[in-house]
Amino acid sequence: MNGPHDLGGVMGFGSINIEPDEPLFHAEWEKRVLGLTLCAGALGHWNLDISRHARENRHPVDYYSSSYYEIWLKGLERLLIRYGVLTADELSSGHALTADTTPHVMPGRVLTADRVAATISRGGSVERLATGEPLYEPGQTVRAANDHLVTHTRLPRYVRGRVGAIESVAGHHVFPDTNAAGEGEQPQWLYTVKFDGTELWGANAEPGLVVSVDAWEPYLESA
Amino acid sequence: MGSDHTHDGHTHDNHFEPIEARVRALETVLTEKQLIDPAAIDAIVETYQNDIGPRNGAAVVARAWTDDEFARWLESDANAAIESMGFGGRQGEHMRAVFNTAELHNVVVCTLCSCYPWPVLGLPPVWYKSPAYRSRVVIEPRAVLAEFGLELPETTKIRVWDSTAEMRYLVIPIRPDVTDDLSEAQLADLVNRNSMIGTAVADTVNTSKRL
Repeated sequence: MNGPHDLGGVMGFGSINIEPDEPLFHAEWEKRVLGLTLCAGALGHWNLDISRHARENRHPVDYYSSSYYEIWLKGLERLLIRYGVLTADELSSGHALTADTTPHVMPGRVLTADRVAATISRGGSVERLATGEPLYEPGQTVRAANDHLVTHTRLPRYVRGRVGAIESVAGHHVFPDTNAAGEGEQPQWLYTVKFDGTELWGANAEPGLVVSVDAWEPYLESA
Repeated sequence: MGSDHTHDGHTHDNHFEPIEARVRALETVLTEKQLIDPAAIDAIVETYQNDIGPRNGAAVVARAWTDDEFARWLESDANAAIESMGFGGRQGEHMRAVFNTAELHNVVVCTLCSCYPWPVLGLPPVWYKSPAYRSRVVIEPRAVLAEFGLELPETTKIRVWDSTAEMRYLVIPIRPDVTDDLSEAQLADLVNRNSMIGTAVADTVNTSKRL
């Protein structure tokens, strides 16, 4: 979607706010939101792409006036309600209102403290076995598709319709567009595609600029 | 702000710390349903506060500076090279190391959210996640770098890596001059966090806060 999250080249946000002390968290609740997000994700109701879409699919006024962890919190609440893990009434009251305390969760899915280290160090690869060959090869010229989907996609607006070059084949990865829509992983070849600054930003681009994005094969056309 | 204002359609009666109350409500409901273990949240937070941070990445960079074979491995198979030092996992499943040279300076961003190589750099700083950085660094990186105090010669090309997929990028800064006598551990002390994102260069022996 052409959402508020798609920020490349948008103007008006001012200078970079570089904090001198850079605290990792700015309030206790931010710590809880980080942990709650990881723990709730471990329940297995949704995937990473669904959770990204839940965060970015917000009214721009809401998105830009929310802090980072507020956006995480709002995305998490939305998913928990959508998947029936809890209700809005329960969030309002601050307590579970149903006698059923084990809804829709596979045994062993609850992330316990003793399994945190192993879970973090294992991570979750999105590389999937490929049956065919990549359509494009390094050096080839491609155009980024000029698609404006209302659903989740990871091709930023500032490269759409622009001509670039395949820099490398990065892998064969889960396709976020389908994965976020609940249509399965449908893995696709992933490429690092580089664009000259002038192709993206015109004649006044900063000199010597090259920008690359990582783009799945369906995002690209021969050029 | 009223005492019963709404967020996303639900109300709160605590107008002093609405967000704090909202998060506590969420954690309480999930705990009562036995879907989360609050101690797991503590463990996650402690991991990123104490164990996983930019010193990991600095060790990788220092190894690359001192061991050419490791540097080549890092360039061709970053996952394996980084894993050999004990770092990997969540948000670093698909790593690529990009090397700065006198001709080319690399900078990393995620314009769409906040993708960042957690196993080697930890959690991202607030500026990395901010709309200002995400919007500007792809269109005017020199102006952005100048705000970090980094002025690059016009002859140095800039490559911005937008982390739009699950590839995670670690910038390998240029090894500072006059460091031949330093050990690998001392070299790691020169590798500041921002130099591995690309918004700084490595410290020199004179500017280091650690040596």
